[in-house]
Amino acid sequence: MDRAEVDAKIRNLIEPFNKKGVEIKEETTFQNDLEFDSLTVMDFVAEIEDEFDIIISMNQQAEIENYGQLVDAVHKLQADA
Amino acid sequence: MSEGISQPDQPQELEGHAGDKDLFSKFDDIIALREGLLAQGREDPFSLVMEKVLSPTRAICNGRETILLGTYNYMGMTFDPDVVEAGKQALADFGTGTTGSRVLNGTYQGHKECEEALRDFYQMDHAMVFSTGYQANLGIISTIAGKGDYIVLDIDSHASIWDGCAMGNAEVVPFKHNDVEAMEKRLKRIPEGAGKLVVLEGVYSMLGDIAPLKEMVAVAKKYGAMVLVDEAHSMGFIGENGRGVVEDADVIDDVDFIIGTFSKSVGTVGGFCVSNHPKFEIMRLVCRPYVFTASLPPSVVATAATSIRKLMHGSNKRAHLWENSKNLHAGLRKLGFQLGTDEPQSAIIAVIMPDLEKGAHMWEALIRNGLYVNLARPPATPANMTLLRCSLCAEHSEEEVGQILEIFEKSGKQTGII
Repeated sequence: MDRAEVDAKIRNLIEPFNKKGVEIKEETTFQNDLEFDSLTVMDFVAEIEDEFDIIISMNQQAEIENYGQLVDAVHKLQADA
Repeated sequence: MSEGISQPDQPQELEGHAGDKDLFSKFDDIIALREGLLAQGREDPFSLVMEKVLSPTRAICNGRETILLGTYNYMGMTFDPDVVEAGKQALADFGTGTTGSRVLNGTYQGHKECEEALRDFYQMDHAMVFSTGYQANLGIISTIAGKGDYIVLDIDSHASIWDGCAMGNAEVVPFKHNDVEAMEKRLKRIPEGAGKLVVLEGVYSMLGDIAPLKEMVAVAKKYGAMVLVDEAHSMGFIGENGRGVVEDADVIDDVDFIIGTFSKSVGTVGGFCVSNHPKFEIMRLVCRPYVFTASLPPSVVATAATSIRKLMHGSNKRAHLWENSKNLHAGLRKLGFQLGTDEPQSAIIAVIMPDLEKGAHMWEALIRNGLYVNLARPPATPANMTLLRCSLCAEHSEEEVGQILEIFEKSGKQTGII
């Protein structure tokens, strides 16, 4: 799966969590722009993990602050899986 | 484990430094939240002082005689005459403290006897006593799960479990609370050959709900994971012999480590881990929160050992505590309160409040009417709930439970919660 396909899938998954309809750009942050709390993060990460059949550990999540970094990380993880 | 509520002392008045930015600036939001709450003239739920303790269920709090319903003193052992006597004797014979680590000069006869009592209580091969329950989780989890290993844990785990994960270098993978399927999916995806530790709790202290350990332990074993269960809130009460939810679910032989505490049913302070692992004793040399701290005072281990041995024969008390839990749950529900569980599952009954402000108001009404419960608030609580958490004691009489319900009714009406 190339990066664009990963991007498209995650864009779909994020929609129900993007309650305020924030425009999703590469630099959109989960904490400040999207205002995800820890429970939202857990549910959102679980959706991605199930979709791509990967694990994104909390250690890896700590390195991911914005949308672009998430797409990069998932792209790499699903390629390695 | 004990809950993650912070109970700081009253903060000093800020002296005109409010605008200065320093390392304390990160706490400004919580300082403001707290000042806002206190400015409404409320009694501070996090600065309660017990001036006198009359029994496991009664104390003088802020000048009023108060029924205690938030102490985790489930089996009421704190004033047991045999337990008190054992502590006095140890104090006289061995002095006030060990002034040393367990691996240097801090292991006395009493520490060995306490570990023996734990082995007998759980019928397990090894027992290791820590200075607190927090340190038991911190030490065992951070030591056994290292770099390249995976820890799979419930998202509602206690702070001591999270801190144990953070202190080690393992990959940390949480799953949705009590969700067996979510847990299995994560275990399935862990790379082959990696070490796996599943961390669960018997009773979750916020809502008082129990874990489906039968299913969860079976799934963990299917994927070759080691299993650690924190039984802090069930020891002495749940299970035929009080060994916890693992005993009740009949999975105690499949569990690799049980973590527990002396600060609840046992009635003093301290923590422990019991295990049948043949190499378990090496933990005493490699577990830093065990090595680099002073051991428990002789009086504490003497009271713990005596209490643990008495808890083995506590079936009548266990039965009475279940009755109390059922009566309180049914009574509160009848009054119209929203509760954390549909059925009573433990000695904790959580009353869900609409928000923090109303929760603090209700807490204050309860304390003024003579009842102490825990006010639990985010981030210690799941789903950002504000809870009034009630923990029952085997020494609460049936009449006392009736009084508790009357106070809840009066306070609930005063505050408009019911």
